[in-house]
Amino acid sequence: MKPKLAVNIGGINMKNPVTTASGTFGFGPEYASYIDLNRLGAIVVKGTTLKPRQGNPTPRIVETPAGILNAIGLQNPGVDYFIEKALPYLSNFDLPVIVNISGDTVADYAKLAAKLEQVEGVAGLEVNISCPNVKKGGLQFGSDPESAAEVVRAVKGSTNLPTIVKLSPNVTSIVKVAEKSAEAGADALSLINTLLGMAIDVKRCRPVLGNVMGGLSGPAVRPVAVRAVWQVYKEVELPIIGMGGIVTAEDALEFILAGASAVAVGTANFINPRATMEVLDGIEDYLIQYGYNDIKEIVGAAHRR
Amino acid sequence: MSLIIDAEVIEHEQVGPDFYRLKLLAPEILKNAVPGQFVHVRVSQSLEPLLRRPISIHNVNREKGQLMLLYQVVGRGTAVLTRAKPGQSLNLLGPLGRGFTLPAESQKVVVVAGGIGVAPLIYLLQELALNSISAAVYLGARSKEYLLAVKEISSLGFTPFLATDDGSEGYHGPVTSMLEKDLAKQPVDIVYSCGPFPMLKSLAKILMNYNIPFEVSLEERMGCGVGACLSCACKIKSAGEAGYVYRHVCVDGPVFSGQEVAWDEA
Repeated sequence: MKPKLAVNIGGINMKNPVTTASGTFGFGPEYASYIDLNRLGAIVVKGTTLKPRQGNPTPRIVETPAGILNAIGLQNPGVDYFIEKALPYLSNFDLPVIVNISGDTVADYAKLAAKLEQVEGVAGLEVNISCPNVKKGGLQFGSDPESAAEVVRAVKGSTNLPTIVKLSPNVTSIVKVAEKSAEAGADALSLINTLLGMAIDVKRCRPVLGNVMGGLSGPAVRPVAVRAVWQVYKEVELPIIGMGGIVTAEDALEFILAGASAVAVGTANFINPRATMEVLDGIEDYLIQYGYNDIKEIVGAAHRR
Repeated sequence: MSLIIDAEVIEHEQVGPDFYRLKLLAPEILKNAVPGQFVHVRVSQSLEPLLRRPISIHNVNREKGQLMLLYQVVGRGTAVLTRAKPGQSLNLLGPLGRGFTLPAESQKVVVVAGGIGVAPLIYLLQELALNSISAAVYLGARSKEYLLAVKEISSLGFTPFLATDDGSEGYHGPVTSMLEKDLAKQPVDIVYSCGPFPMLKSLAKILMNYNIPFEVSLEERMGCGVGACLSCACKIKSAGEAGYVYRHVCVDGPVFSGQEVAWDEA
């Protein structure tokens, strides 16, 4: 018998626990020639803002040991474009669409939430209060528990859509931000966004990235991300989407055993467009191999060792 | 349609100071490829280096299903790639990106290459030769040993005009200056080019003076190669406030119309 893979993330029904990390999968068509999008548990699309954003100057990416630093700066065509052009494409597939939203102000988040509430085909919101690559908003909200709560309250006050809050590891206590987000009404949490980092070109004697600092992702950050999931799972009763350096099924299982109900594959898509499918197949194989009937049996299992 | 495949290494040789030529068996990728497109190569099975490396298709052998890559060792990724041995396979995504627009038979064509920028232009010349289109080829490099693919250009039936910065071969000076002198003497309908950005910028200035259409292949640090990560941004002219918008080398290029690139903003 095949194990049950379906999970519910704060009201979003996913047929399996594998989704994409925002900003690593575009709006879907970018990877449609490599995988069957219908097999994804959900898609979390590229971060969307009220107005189009140009993004940061180049270079926007640099490789680091087992990771990358990016400073895209939330380049995106704006929420209206997303609704008119990107969403209709995704409606051809049988998968929940989770829209990652970012704002410069609390009011921006509320407006985005209200706009997306009106649209058919949006299964939920991922509230990005943790982007390290923008001057206003972003990490500013995510690094202070009270500000995070304020954004969550504004979003929850503007929409009935399930609201997932994406948290930053660039804080003293991620648990505190998670607790405040939960109190403010968050339905689920995404852990973690990128770690703030930088690289210097020693030949040219200057920072590599056009924006100087960027967000570190990839296998290098996985231990930090697993730790964050572990800590938050113990203290906060919200479903968690775990992410940060997942390349293989084994990586994803670390997150699930630490307490994540679902996982998102990010940077790995860049090197292996089929990474999400390999992670999904590997999770299923693991459940069969160890005799589990349902993915839920292993969520947080490492805490019960 | 782009694919992800494991391609067998057929041959791999060093052809210059930092330059290597890699022949791969990849008939599936060849089927849809056009000059100017690239493949995204996973240089290692391990996660270090992590990212793929975008390398333009240098030339193709359709009968044998082989494609050739000409690359320069510039960092860790390409250094690792030099170790690939015949018989081994390399994981490729491709063909990716937007290639060159082929000219009409009657058009007077000029091809300008700078250094390793010659790489995608050989495939273009191959297609031109196949369609009996003649072209004047200008090839520049910093010195003699950096002039690449001279033999290939000749064997395709083109006679390259050579230029070196140090005068060790051909014209002494920038390849664009050599071209500029010739432009005054004869009409040109279209120019195709690839090379370092400063060379392309100076070429653009010259060609826009003469009002000659041109296509350029651009480079920028790339992540995914498929338009998802938005890393490889380049500035394209726009009527908006900033005077430019960002487009992406991986999917909107690497080949762009020279007129649309915001040269002065870069």
